[in-house]
Amino acid sequence: MGYLDRTVRSFLLAELVAGMGATLRAFFKPKVTINYPYEKGPLSPRFRGEHALRRYPNGEERCIACKLCEATCPAEAITIESEPRDDGSRRTTRYDIDMTKCIYCGLCEEACPVDAIVEGPNYEFATETREELMYNKDKLLANGDRWESVLARRLELDAPYR
Amino acid sequence: MVKVTVDGIVVDVPNGSSALQACEAAGKEIPRFCFHERLSVAGNCRMCLVQVVRAPKPVASCGFPVAEGMEILTDTEIVRKARRAVMEFLLINHPLDCPICDQGGECDLQDQAFGYGADHSRYQEAKRAVKDKYLGPLVKTVMTRCIQCTRCIRFATEIAGVPELGAVSRGENMEVTNYVEKALTSELSGNLIDICPVGALTSKPYAFTARPWELKRTDSIDVSDAVGANISLHVRGSAVLRAVPRVNDAVNEEWLADKGRFSVDGLKHRRLDRPWVRVHGKLQAVSWQDAFVAIGRRLDGVPGDRIGAIAGDLCDAESLLALKDLMTALGSPNIDCRQDGAEYDLSHRAYYTFGTSIAGIEDADALLIVGAIPRQEAPVLNARIRKRFLSAGRGGFPIGLIGAPTADPTYKADLLGEGPDVLAALRDGTHPFAETLKAAKKPMIIVGHGALMRPDARAILASTWALAVETGAVAAGWNGFNVLHRAASRVAGLDLGLVPGKGGRSAAGMMSGGVDVLWLLGADEFHTAQIGPQTFVIYQGHHGDAAAARADVILPGATYAEKSGTYVNTEGRVQRSFRAIMPPGDAREDWRILRAFSEVVGHTLPYDTMEVLRERLATVNPVFRVIGGLDAVDVSVLPGPAGGGAVSPVPFRPVFDDYYQTDPICRASPTMGECSRIYVHPRTVAAE
Repeated sequence: MGYLDRTVRSFLLAELVAGMGATLRAFFKPKVTINYPYEKGPLSPRFRGEHALRRYPNGEERCIACKLCEATCPAEAITIESEPRDDGSRRTTRYDIDMTKCIYCGLCEEACPVDAIVEGPNYEFATETREELMYNKDKLLANGDRWESVLARRLELDAPYR
Repeated sequence: MVKVTVDGIVVDVPNGSSALQACEAAGKEIPRFCFHERLSVAGNCRMCLVQVVRAPKPVASCGFPVAEGMEILTDTEIVRKARRAVMEFLLINHPLDCPICDQGGECDLQDQAFGYGADHSRYQEAKRAVKDKYLGPLVKTVMTRCIQCTRCIRFATEIAGVPELGAVSRGENMEVTNYVEKALTSELSGNLIDICPVGALTSKPYAFTARPWELKRTDSIDVSDAVGANISLHVRGSAVLRAVPRVNDAVNEEWLADKGRFSVDGLKHRRLDRPWVRVHGKLQAVSWQDAFVAIGRRLDGVPGDRIGAIAGDLCDAESLLALKDLMTALGSPNIDCRQDGAEYDLSHRAYYTFGTSIAGIEDADALLIVGAIPRQEAPVLNARIRKRFLSAGRGGFPIGLIGAPTADPTYKADLLGEGPDVLAALRDGTHPFAETLKAAKKPMIIVGHGALMRPDARAILASTWALAVETGAVAAGWNGFNVLHRAASRVAGLDLGLVPGKGGRSAAGMMSGGVDVLWLLGADEFHTAQIGPQTFVIYQGHHGDAAAARADVILPGATYAEKSGTYVNTEGRVQRSFRAIMPPGDAREDWRILRAFSEVVGHTLPYDTMEVLRERLATVNPVFRVIGGLDAVDVSVLPGPAGGGAVSPVPFRPVFDDYYQTDPICRASPTMGECSRIYVHPRTVAAE
């Protein structure tokens, strides 16, 4: 009986028809792939990408050199040096992140009491050389300036859950 | 003794102990802010509340005396609730600025808020803000953070003896202030930083530099004076960021003088980091080998007695011994560790050490100070004198002073006279203070370098010893004869015999053309013009100070932070320090330099490792075998130091004019320079 059944099915090309059917069904479904560099997938406001140091709206840098991010960083990617600025306030003279060490865990962002260091939505910062991934304070502040509107929006969206 | 039960644990504590001490004895930690073991009890923070059975309400354990059979409960709901409430009150006016506070990470309030603090504040009203006070170049204030524990006020009044801090207003409006905009005039002001439980008083030079969790701690010994205070050097990377005291009840309790604490920033300024040789009148950077060869060539054919060496004030015992062994190998009797020209009698150790010991001051009942200003020469030791002065009560510890009249010694002292003639008057009994000394059971006499840096030093030393014998200061079971040193390396130098040998020349003799080649091991405390123009000078040291500028060859050495070393303090206590950082550039540990050089001139010193060198140290003088301890000596059988010569009536002079500029490290330190400008030369500041 089983022999007859298999023979009939193979002559009727049943498997081929089933396969073509699956292809036909997928043909009418929406596409899951995107045309990457020109199209991008959605990102959660909590996405942890490239770091940035933010400023206050008046242009004053937020970072107060408390060194909590440095202390909490499990990869020891952050290096900070600080001293009193001329006006007596506590500021960093050096804020380095080794992006090759960073594991993008987001603990620095969690630790920051003034929302200065954040991990932004940018994940397209691949470089040709290793040295370019040693971020210094200028680079991080420039990132902050470039992404500020997005960063502020992210924090606002995530605020109810904090 | 009283029997007390703490949480079911029965402990015996001395009569008059506080409940807090009983709890400590039972191993229960009591949170506290205002209470400090070495200060009087204030009882105003209320954090140490405990429950005493049958007491109607919780009691502040720091000020509550124990009674027989008392039962104390430290871990009940009532206690926890009380402490939580106290903490909430303390936090009402304390700003939430831990991220920018230098105390963060080592803050008592932070730690205890972790245990007793609430996760939110119920306080809605306005917070208090207090204007910051100016306390000088060392202590930074952020008075809004003050929780009014009054520890600083009590420290300044009781320990430092400068009642310049106080509190005005009351309740919430209470403010700790120094009344006038004036720098604190204490050599111990740095301890306010340690004693403040919050971030109200922090270190100004160290401000915002590092966090406590970044620092590596290394045990060391303070070399800025001869007390040998135990310190811990806090290092990040290759820099010593601060020095803080370690507890050693026998030496410094838990205090540290400002010079030792704040001169560490001098360790990275003006350093010698490579060898230099003078060629045609100009110093040129060379390699170690070339420097050694240059010295070797100059030494070639020079007879041993035309070579000399002077050791400085900051050297460790190891390098002193290596220097002495090198000079012996070169056949030179010219060696001296007394660049200030002081005279001692080396026939017995009791003649040149602080025999009573620092802790022993607390047993004394009368004091005579001859030619010393302890407040400047040894501030921590001076605090011990003051402690004894206070504990003895009114008139219980009479203090006589012979020497230059100075500013407040921080205790009541009678100025008996300015010159050594008073010693004679004391001995023949014509001076009334002689009776005081004789009446005392354990009188002590401190001889300072104001008396020993004179041509008649030996005569003064002998007559002081005689006075000590006559007044009972030197007797069976009590040694009241003390020499107060000011240089950290001095006692080690004397123990190792770094004094001119037979036919040898002293430091002054060597400088005034007595030798052709002069080796200076960190010796800087003299005018380089004293050195003859024809003398070939080798300077081995760590800072580019005056002597380095005069040198023909410079060998870069290591500071106390960069080598492990043995130091002997003024008591004769042998102490060890450890290496905290590496010397900069090509600089090396001093004994290694001397060992390496000895090979170049064909007199290889017989030690390749620190262990062998320390063994040799102990062979040369067995005192180096005992680390940290002191042996009791029966001084009553000693004949006394040899006299000689007449005593001149010239008044004693202070040992130095400027407390903040006494060694190469201080002079390189910007902080010490600032202190000198503010405290010692205030007029030039005003003129600017």
